Parts: sequence; C-alpha cells; structure tokens
Amino acid sequence: MLDFVQQLVSGVALGCVYGLIALGFVLVYKATEVVNFAQGDLMMLGGFFAFTFIGMLGLNYWIGFAGAVAAMALFGMLAERVVVRPILGYPQFSIIMATIGLGYFLRSVAGMIWGTDDLKIETPFSQGVLRMGSLVLAYDKLSVIAATMILCALLWLFFNKTTLGTAMRASSENMLAAYYMGIPVKRVVSVVWAISAAVATCAGVLLAPITFIHSNVGLVLGLKAFPAAVLGGFGSIPGAVVGGVLIGVIESMAGFYLAEGWKDVAPYIVLLTVLLLKPEGLFGLHVRKKV
Amino acid sequence: MRFLFKTDYEDDIKLFPHSGYVVTYGVLLGLLLIAPYVLSSYLMSQLVFVCIYATVGVALLILTGFTGQASLGHAAFLAIGAYTAAYLQKYNVPFPVYFLAAGVLTGIIGAMVGFPALRLTGIYLVIATISFALIVEEILARWESVTHGNEGMRVKTLSLLGVAVPRDSPTFYYLCLAVLVLTIVGTLNLLRSPTGRAFVAIRDSETAARSMGVNVALYKVKSFAISAAITGFAGVLFAHKLSFISPEMFTLQLSIEFIIVILIGGTFSLHGAVLGAIFIVMIDPFLTYLKDDMPGIIAGVAAAFGAGTATAGDIEAKVAAFASLNGLKGAIYGIIIVLFVLFEPLGLYGRWLKIKLFFQLFPLYKRATFKRQKIYVKSERNR
Repeated sequence: MLDFVQQLVSGVALGCVYGLIALGFVLVYKATEVVNFAQGDLMMLGGFFAFTFIGMLGLNYWIGFAGAVAAMALFGMLAERVVVRPILGYPQFSIIMATIGLGYFLRSVAGMIWGTDDLKIETPFSQGVLRMGSLVLAYDKLSVIAATMILCALLWLFFNKTTLGTAMRASSENMLAAYYMGIPVKRVVSVVWAISAAVATCAGVLLAPITFIHSNVGLVLGLKAFPAAVLGGFGSIPGAVVGGVLIGVIESMAGFYLAEGWKDVAPYIVLLTVLLLKPEGLFGLHVRKKV
Repeated sequence: MRFLFKTDYEDDIKLFPHSGYVVTYGVLLGLLLIAPYVLSSYLMSQLVFVCIYATVGVALLILTGFTGQASLGHAAFLAIGAYTAAYLQKYNVPFPVYFLAAGVLTGIIGAMVGFPALRLTGIYLVIATISFALIVEEILARWESVTHGNEGMRVKTLSLLGVAVPRDSPTFYYLCLAVLVLTIVGTLNLLRSPTGRAFVAIRDSETAARSMGVNVALYKVKSFAISAAITGFAGVLFAHKLSFISPEMFTLQLSIEFIIVILIGGTFSLHGAVLGAIFIVMIDPFLTYLKDDMPGIIAGVAAAFGAGTATAGDIEAKVAAFASLNGLKGAIYGIIIVLFVLFEPLGLYGRWLKIKLFFQLFPLYKRATFKRQKIYVKSERNR
C-alpha cells in the first residue's frame, strides 16, 4: 500500500511536469490553432537560461527564475514573429513542420552553447523531504505539484475572466471576426506565445532538480507531454493537467508493477485506447461539422 | 509554348501527355541505367538510398499528399518490412517470397492502424501515428526471440534466383531502381483510377466526398494499407542495403525525415518524393564536404581580400572549429525545414514548375499564380 502511494505521488509529480508542458501546447493551440511541436524545446531552453542565471552568474534562485521567465517570454515572441506569423492561416501541416524545424534548430544550438552534459540547478527544494508517517515525499516533487496547481488556476482565471483572455478565445474561434471586433489579433498571438514560453520555462526550471537539463530533454518530455495534451482534449486547460497527471501516474505504475519496457509504452497504449473510444480526448469539445 | 488539345477522356488520363515526356523520361532512365559504370561506388551507394527513400516518399505521398492523412509513423512500417525480411531469411525463404510477405504483412498492419485512424483528424492523427511508431519500436526492442532486441539482426546477402546480389553491386542498384519505377508507375495508375480520385476527394473535403457516394472509411483504410505495403517493400531493400538492423534505426527521427522528404520535394506531385529523397540523402555528403573544404575556401577568399597569412590561418582555424561543432548538422536541418515552409511551400518541384512557367510565359509571368490562399475565417475544429 505504501509503495502504491509512493508511486502515486511520484507519478503525479512527473505528470505535473508533463501537464505544465502540455499547458504550453494547449495555450498556443487555444489561441491560434497552431500546434507547437517545439514546446518541449522551449522548456529545455528555459532551463538552460535559468542555469545560466543561477548556476553561472550566481544570482539568487528566485531572481534567476524570474529572469529566465522574462527572457523566454521575449524569446517566445521572437519565435512567433519569425516562424509562425508568416504562415498563420495556412494548413496545419505547414505549421507543424515549421515548429518541428524550430525544435531541431533550438536543440542543436543549445547543444552547441551549453554542451551535451547533464546540468543541474541548485534550488531551495533540491534537498529535504516531507515525512508523513512512513511516507516520504521529496520537496522537489511537491514543488512541481504545487506550482502546476497554481499556474493552472492562474491560467484558467486568465482565460475565462480577463478581457485579454476573452480576446484570445475569440481569436481562436475566428481570427477574422475577432479582428473586425477590434481585437489586435497579431498582438494577441504574440502575447500567447510569450505566455506559453514562460509556462514552459517554469516547467524547465522546476524539472531541473528531478531530470537535469540537457539539450534533448525537451524532445523526450515533449513526446510525453503531447499524449497528455491529446488525452485531455487539445484546447482544454484543466484537460492538459489531468491528461498529464494520468500519463505520469500510468507511467510510474507501469514502471513499478509491470515488466521492464512497459513503462515507456503504457502511456501510448492508453492514449490510443482513449482516442479509439473518444476521438476528441477526455475534455475535448465535440463539434459538429458544418458544411 | 505547347498547347494540348484534349478531345477524349483517354487524352486526359494519359501517363505521358505528349512525346516530350517520353523523350525526357527515356533519357533519364538511360542515364540511371548507365550510372553504375560512371559514378563512384560511394555515389552509387547514395543513389541506392535515394531509390529507397523515394519509394517511401511515394508511399507517404499517397497517404499524406493525396489522401490528406498525416503520418509520423512510417519508420515503423519500414521497420516491420525490414524485420520480416530478416526473420524469414533465417529460415531460408527465397527473396521473392519474403519480399512479398513483408509487403503483405506491413499492408495488413497498415490497415489495422488505419481503422482507429478513421475517426481521427489533424493533430490527433499525428499523435496516434507517433504512438503507434513508439510502440512498434519498443516491441522490436523487447521481443527478443524474433528480433534479437537491441542487439539487432544481421541480414544476409540477398540471393535472387540462386545468384548472390551483394549490397554494393550494380544488380542491387537495378533492383532498387526497378522497385522505385514500378512503385511510381503503379501509383500513377492508382491515382488516375477511381480509387485515386476518391483519395483526392477525401483530402479536399471529407464531407463533400461522402455526399458524392465515396465510402470514406473504406478508402482511408485502403490508403493506409497501400502506403504501408509500399513502405514495407522499401523496408526489405533498406535491410539488405544496411545488412544490419536494430530498433534504434527506426526512430521518430526517421519518420520525421520521411515527412521532410515530401515536404521539401513538394506534396502535390510524385516528382516531389524523388526530388526530396535526392535532397535528404545528398545533404549529408554535401555538409561533410563543406565541413572539410569550407575553412580552406574562406581563408583563401580572406587572403584574396588582403588579409595577411596569419589572419587567414586564424580565420581558417576558427571556421574549422565552427564547422566541427557538435550538432551543427541538426541546426542546418532545422533552418532548412523552416525556410522551406516559409518560402517554398510547394517544395523543390514547385520551384521547378515556377521556373518552367516563367520561361513559358516569358514576359507575362505573375508571382501571384502560385500564391497560397490564407484562411483566417474558419477554425480547424469546425472545418
């Protein structure tokens, strides 16, 4: 039983990381219908930025964290301006390929700048555990869970309660109509990319004590975060986190109870099953096609 | 400029619309046939890879380009073909039999993937095919009694009707070329048949296709099966060419490479698969060449512009250091993909058509002819 709870908690923590990356996917998708395959790589880059500020320049953890988030928000806007804006309005396939290309580029450049070793950031949560009876919970994992909850709530409020959030939802439904209604669609899209890059950075920094940072971490985790976003139904913020947690729990349970090898495949098997039964994901909207 | 007057339906679906095509493709085929006696063995080996990649490219075009179903899982089909060949070969099954068996088996698995894919579109389909490919990769690594797991499998020399065909012999090249040409001709025939028309109809509008009486589910599964089967055939050749296969050769990276083949070549015509394959296979030796020779050339240019010998040497060393940076290839890859999506969405074949049209219409060419339509109105979800 204790093993089970332990696995559950570490699965949830891992899942929250997937959920955080998936949140980034969902944000961009929700506002622009663009599927950003480079999201994991934005996370990786955010981690490296934080490492530069904290590990190399020796800044305070929180200042470094904030600096990395700000820098990545700017970078997200830049990436949107250069790669995505020229092809907005074209079929999804082109945009997917463009972001795959961007991902390649970011991975290689990060490898060139920061090398290929695993890097580690010293965080206030790196050491120490919370003991509850015989249950041992590491702070770094708890911090991930807490941060995910907070970010998810903030983003949900932002999307549903603020004017800018409403503008984003409007431009996702119909860019042209939103433009006619006086919404500066281009600026909105740019802000969405900044937010999603910032969220990715949070994921990267929180992840640093658990999985370390290396130039391929984005690809590896991005591939897990994708099923998370799809499982929750692309375009749903709570769905992304629920999907992420599900994938994380399934992965850690499969790693613990099933034979070796299941750990890596189980999330995908579950995903395929869910897609078979409910093609629009768990929380996805079922929309009738208009002709 | 030549004007074709079509007076008959047969004129419309001719494989060679006019005699010019026969001459051009005849000359091309002749050049390809004498290639083994002209080119170096290294280039021949690359040419074999071009044939294999182009075959997969054609397969992917049937599915993605003409039926509109994106797939990022074709490396898995290639792997299934390759492993079937390697496994059957252990039991001394003759080449023609296991070649066909690989195609049939991959086709069946492709159809099985096609069924769940029926209800999925867009991004969901991409993720489903990625998941499928990752599961296949894991099975290949774990099912050790058949696949030898991560140790990989050695593939024996191909033997065709009792004659050994080593992987670097001209005969092997001819075999790959024959498979490619047959695939292309077969696909062209498929695309001008009712099945091909149905594929294109599904790509352009599923709802419209359905209301015209096209059985969408049936044709989607057919498209998956045909595409997978062709990839399976290519997999057999791939296994023989590499003579050793292991699960880590068939990763997502390879699937992305296949997508890049058709993206760079152009997704609207079979020419694209071949041009894209040439580009993808030749970019490696080209980058190696640049890496080796570029520092010297740049230093030479610098010296010509009046830099001293010491400075030129310094520049050479710096450029060499930059060129041998780890991962530069990945960065160049990424830039190429992005640039193609942004500036050449119709691919290399699209560029060729533009150049051709420019000269045909000489003073009257308009850039807007090839402009893509932007759609801001409808969201993909409601489409």
